[in-house]
Amino acid sequence: MALPQPIADGLVNILGAGSVLTKPEDIIPYSFDGTAALRQTPSAVVFPHTSEDVSRCVKFALAHHVPIVTRGSGTGLSGGSVPTDGSVVLCLAQMNKILDIDPKNLVLLTQPGVTTLAIDEAASRHGLFYPPDPGSMRISSIGGNVAENSGGLRGLKYGVTRDYVMALEVILPDGRIARFGSACVKDVAGYSMKDLFIGSEGSLGVITEILLKLVPRPLARQTMLALYDRIEDAADTVSAIIAARIIPCTLEFLDQMTATCVEDFAHVGLPTDCAAVLLMETDGHPAAVADEAAQMASIARAKGARDVRLAKNEAEALALAAARRNAFAALARRRPTTILEDFTVPRSELAKMVTFIAETAGAARLQIGTFGHMGDGNLHPTFLTDERDSDEMSRVHHALDLIAKKTLELGGTITGEHGVGLAKKEWLRQQMGDSSFEVMKQIKHALDPTGLLNPGKIFD
Amino acid sequence: MAGATLRTIDYAVLQQCMHCGMCLPTCPTYDQTKQERNSPRGRIALMRAVADGVLDVTHEFAEEMSYCLGCLACQTACPAGVNYAELFETARSDIERHDAQGGVARRFWRGVTLGFLFMRPSALRMAGRALRWYQRSGLEALARRTGAMRLLPPALRRLEPQTPRIARKFSNSLIAAHETPSATSRYRVALLTGCVQDLVFSDVNRDTADVLLANGCTVDTPPIQPCCGSLHAHNGDLERARVLARRMIDLFPPDRYDAIITNAGGCGSHLRRYAPLLHDDPAYRERAALWDRKVRDIQEWLIEIGCRIPEAPPFAEPTSVTYHESCHLVHGQKISREPRALLGLLPGVSLVELPESTWCCGSAGIYAITQPEQAERLLGRKTANIVATGASWVATANPGCHLQIARGLDVAGAGIHVVHPVSLLARAYRREDASGSST
Repeated sequence: MALPQPIADGLVNILGAGSVLTKPEDIIPYSFDGTAALRQTPSAVVFPHTSEDVSRCVKFALAHHVPIVTRGSGTGLSGGSVPTDGSVVLCLAQMNKILDIDPKNLVLLTQPGVTTLAIDEAASRHGLFYPPDPGSMRISSIGGNVAENSGGLRGLKYGVTRDYVMALEVILPDGRIARFGSACVKDVAGYSMKDLFIGSEGSLGVITEILLKLVPRPLARQTMLALYDRIEDAADTVSAIIAARIIPCTLEFLDQMTATCVEDFAHVGLPTDCAAVLLMETDGHPAAVADEAAQMASIARAKGARDVRLAKNEAEALALAAARRNAFAALARRRPTTILEDFTVPRSELAKMVTFIAETAGAARLQIGTFGHMGDGNLHPTFLTDERDSDEMSRVHHALDLIAKKTLELGGTITGEHGVGLAKKEWLRQQMGDSSFEVMKQIKHALDPTGLLNPGKIFD
Repeated sequence: MAGATLRTIDYAVLQQCMHCGMCLPTCPTYDQTKQERNSPRGRIALMRAVADGVLDVTHEFAEEMSYCLGCLACQTACPAGVNYAELFETARSDIERHDAQGGVARRFWRGVTLGFLFMRPSALRMAGRALRWYQRSGLEALARRTGAMRLLPPALRRLEPQTPRIARKFSNSLIAAHETPSATSRYRVALLTGCVQDLVFSDVNRDTADVLLANGCTVDTPPIQPCCGSLHAHNGDLERARVLARRMIDLFPPDRYDAIITNAGGCGSHLRRYAPLLHDDPAYRERAALWDRKVRDIQEWLIEIGCRIPEAPPFAEPTSVTYHESCHLVHGQKISREPRALLGLLPGVSLVELPESTWCCGSAGIYAITQPEQAERLLGRKTANIVATGASWVATANPGCHLQIARGLDVAGAGIHVVHPVSLLARAYRREDASGSST
């Protein structure tokens, strides 16, 4: 749907001509995010540079009934920033300044368009650490991370984005500028409103400034690979490590398909001939790291690992982690379309879940690669398919439905870290139950009664 | 791939891009604008829109494909294995077919360069000789002094000072058609002398032959060689690129050689992909596949056969050298380790890593001519990085990068020299002879 000229003119008045895109060649590249098979061209893309710009755009959109879809780097995996028909994409990629870093209070103040990697690099220059590391951290924006409450490879020990957000500046759906939270370690003044906006997927407001908590950078780390002939042994290793009261920062699982695809791309020495690989990492004080690494290796061997290989140096460790972060995209080498899921179950149910996924895919004659954060119970079964083959796609959807139901049966969640967006909507009510689902809709209605912020996401 | 357009290309090649965004941080143009159309996945989205019939091959589309450096950094970064090079060349070929870039002058110069000069090696050398005469006779100095340059159209006036110095002798005067090593010959190789390399850096070709001889290779270097067609393919003229590929295969039957050697990153990247280019030509398909298997960058070949460590240093004093990676060497051919390994063999040379060594210098074929502003920005960034290393030499293995970086360093008054890694090796071998040690 083309944007009516007066609206385009109004946006140009607010932001200037260079910050408003309406030509097809300019806006077609904004018709998707990192999610497969979802595509819709917006009617315009605008680039605000300040909170006031955002506020004025939101007020203008409200006055003219134009839906707004906020977007960072467009690497989301649930369709959260895929435009809706007739919407204006509010792209925050050019609000990309780190505003302040305060080593005394261990906090960093930033605009939303800064990449996750740049945040951690800035922290690192002060001996500090921003732990959440989603797979796309080299390009994902911190605003997008907060809006989706992104996780990553270090969730087991360090938690997720929410655990590092101290305060937010948010443009509300009526254009008011609001601030929630503070730089205080303890703060119980009023409702914990910032927590409402973290993970709200652009449906309640536009996040324009973020105050992040940093932690001291660990002095040492040890990365290792454990190789298995049976997936169940890998799952047992994870349970045994946690039972031994060790909390490694990373316990990543890759099945044979995933390991093979990643190795094809990255050439980092991942084995391609075993059923499962665990990528494990412990970090902290050098003495503790050495002790934990030795214990983890011996637990892995006791649980049937064919081999345990320790990374020889930092470069090798970094290469392994970087290779793992590319797992999802590397799986796309096999088939034209990759449908990625994000099911999460309590850790004790992991082995059951892994088996169920494999059986379901087999019964539906579907190719699948599974990887994920085994230490978090968070799996990413990925269907390798072709969106042009309607028969195969319907089998994919049926299999997904079965896996979603099984996840809920095991007390799990349909999404651990990617968000609901468009991709997981159909199962949300089922997971939440009627009353909690309705409360959520009431909150949305209270804040955004006209429903112009990211319409159709999370729920209809 | 013969005559393939975005509408007829295998759709799976387009679908291979699952728009994960991993390419974005490696793309110099996205880095500049932070707009998706200037990114690899954005450009692929536009190509897909053309393939889907949603978008025509418009002037805007042509502009965007012209803004792309074709550096292929995205191809290295892409976990999904998207063949961006093929998509990009197909898009540019579509643009030419639709004449979407427009402009009479542009068509004229395309005709002169792609259709004439780079199709006829002797005409190109004749033009080179004329240019050298102009540069050496005092006419150029006169033209510059009298302000005659102001008569040129602005675009050409800006480029005029960038005209490369033409070499005194071309490769055919420096290298015999057939040369044999003094020691036992272990391999027989063909040496490709290139176009710019031949006119401007014929000494690098001589150095390459010397290094091959010193490593036991018999070297065939026919005096007249066609252009490899890289320039044509890169600029959307796939038909002429095919004609040139066939001429190359005829001149260098691949079954006759252990390796076909190139020393220019930009040529090598194209030379290794004759098989897809001639896929629909039954008369050449098999030879093209064999050809692709035989093509080697000189540095890759030397490491493969076990390069002899020189016994003398290339310089009288201990010297620090940094290394800039030609895009089409590192991204197009995945050759990154070998040049560093060669430099590591040189006595008295310490290799300093260059920050952002794989970031494009802005030369990118004719990019400095078509997109001068972006090319200048990239050159400035590259020059600053090189200066920051404190090295006194920067090695690089592509004539386009060589010219571009030399100009940047010259403007910056940095006093840093540019050199092909192989020239340093040749220099070290020559100093062995001078110091009387055996080879």
